Amino acid sequence: MADDGLPVIARFEVRRRSYLAPDGTLLRPLPDFASDIPTLLALYRGMVLTRAFDLKAVSLQRTGRLGTYAVSLGQEAVSVGVASAMRAEDVLLPSYRDNGTLLWRGTKMEEILLFWGGDERGNLSCGPAHDFPYCIPVGSQAPQAAGVAYAFKLRKEPRVAVCLFGDGATSKGDVWEAMNFAGVHKLPLLFVANNNQWAISVPLKLQTASQTLAQKAIAAGFIGEQVDGNDVIAVRAAGEEAIAQARAGGGPRLIEALTYRLSDHTTADDAARYRPPEEVQARWKEEPIARLRAYLVSQKAWGKAQEEELATECQKEIEAAIERYLASSPRAPETMFDHLYAELPRSYASQRAELSGGSDA
Amino acid sequence: MPELTLVEAINLALARAMEEDANVVVLGEDVGVNGGVFRATVGLQQRFGAARVIDTPLAELLISGLCVGMAAQGLKPVGEIQFMGFIYPCIDQLVNHASRLRNRTQGRLSCPMVLRTPHGGGIRAPEHHSESTEAMLAHIPGLRVVMPSSPERAYGLLLASIRDPDPVVFLEPTRIYRAAKGQVEDSGEALPLDVAFVLRQGRDVTLISWGAVVKETLAAADELAGHGVDAEVIDLATLKPYDEETVLASVTKTGRCVIVHEAARTGGFGAEIAALIAERGLTSLLAPVARVTGYDTVMPLPRLEQRYIPSVSRIVAATRKVCEFA
Repeated sequence: MADDGLPVIARFEVRRRSYLAPDGTLLRPLPDFASDIPTLLALYRGMVLTRAFDLKAVSLQRTGRLGTYAVSLGQEAVSVGVASAMRAEDVLLPSYRDNGTLLWRGTKMEEILLFWGGDERGNLSCGPAHDFPYCIPVGSQAPQAAGVAYAFKLRKEPRVAVCLFGDGATSKGDVWEAMNFAGVHKLPLLFVANNNQWAISVPLKLQTASQTLAQKAIAAGFIGEQVDGNDVIAVRAAGEEAIAQARAGGGPRLIEALTYRLSDHTTADDAARYRPPEEVQARWKEEPIARLRAYLVSQKAWGKAQEEELATECQKEIEAAIERYLASSPRAPETMFDHLYAELPRSYASQRAELSGGSDA
Repeated sequence: MPELTLVEAINLALARAMEEDANVVVLGEDVGVNGGVFRATVGLQQRFGAARVIDTPLAELLISGLCVGMAAQGLKPVGEIQFMGFIYPCIDQLVNHASRLRNRTQGRLSCPMVLRTPHGGGIRAPEHHSESTEAMLAHIPGLRVVMPSSPERAYGLLLASIRDPDPVVFLEPTRIYRAAKGQVEDSGEALPLDVAFVLRQGRDVTLISWGAVVKETLAAADELAGHGVDAEVIDLATLKPYDEETVLASVTKTGRCVIVHEAARTGGFGAEIAALIAERGLTSLLAPVARVTGYDTVMPLPRLEQRYIPSVSRIVAATRKVCEFA
């Protein structure tokens, strides 16, 4: 469009946050929390545990002991970084791939396995009782997150709703409608777009022509920030800042975490059908765990012995969880009626009796 | 006791619920300053404030999703969808979330929300403003579907729906918003949600209906009395879960049944009732069950809508045929 001397009435900026380069060297001074080595070690452990658990879950699926499972391989920094920025009283609204976030918040591994193994009891979750379960339909959790955040604002509670979704979800009206409302009401809400570049087989460039996903927040009237989603320090720092702002009444924020889905979409997918192995290989050089490990090693805070010890510890924890999962029995069939309504309506009694083999006139 | 229209009774119940429970919030398009396009929420924002009576952006999916999030957090949201023709973006939230949140978390979270919407034809409205697709919603496990047919039942059933611990879709028959008048006392007393109402006792035939067309069904019963037919009239009121026992008891008594609904016939909720009677009431039947319904066509625009909506004469004719069956 020719400018015709027309005035520019608005300009926008989108910033990208990163601290650790792919080789673990520093790009800029670290945020305060990162000077505390135990904090970084906890983040490292969270990511290693998530990856080990994910890989074990895949092998369970391959051997027929688990249903379809969504792996978060390569995206552990998003899951763990966001979770570590939250408080217990905040409410998480996760997508189906946020395994590391749930684990960090206290959901037990056997609960995650139970859910993907086909049992609703997995969603009972030992994590915070107010957290939402995995959202399977893409993006539906976003307007729900706005409802949760509205409740906090109405009751004047210093709590924040944290909603995670993928790049594909940003194409849905759900996410836009939620961001739009959150902007209007300055809701205490953090949106996290896990931009792993692929929505099953559809690459980002077919998802949107937008230069960034972060800028979608600008149209809703609040800040959208891009972070290196393979840099757990950057994710956590951005998350902490956004959550603190939201908690203080400063309204919502969108974080676009740039990462890469190193795995198939789920165990039911074969990514070799739509993307070249070279692309995936190249992206392995940027993955989050090796990056933080390189930094920790450079700080003399980590070494081979600790690495082996951590691996053994994670394996032990995971094996024990798998044992508990595999030892669990299916719930009694008639319990499928138990949580349909607060109280089972009269007219359901005969169907429940039919299922349990009892008689009902 | 004041005489109120159905929409005034809705307003009264909303005010009552908001008064007695600070967790009740009302949200939707134009529900605040404007008081709703049908004035169902008039005065609420002035009385309870803009934080509890929320003028939402023009986004139906959002309204239903907000309700789910609010309800999981312990609020009691009452969302309004301006017309049922615009409820379809909410289906994902209703089917995948609201109706199953309790079950999929095994009771850890629940969803005590109400989604209100006017529905049905007869007000000469534009396209998409007149459909009755209640059967779609009544198919969803975990949901309640309620449809009042008088001011008294609108008041009592809406209070019950708001107090209910599970999600309710509350369908308000637009055609009788103002045409139906009745004595409504602001007693705060709810009506039960899984009980059908026997509006008229009769020996010869059972007429089962819900929503606006209950009016025509009652008028048909009056006319049938002139032909020597003593019709019992049941307002089903709650479609999900519905009161099977009242239906069966009545058909057992009369041996004949005509189901009247405004929605299209095939897969309509009348089919469910006919199936129930076939399964559990066959031996008391003296004639085949008949249905008087909207046709399996697209709801016509206003010039023809009165030919689509079941009329008194269609109900009378079908009922006489059922009664004459030897």
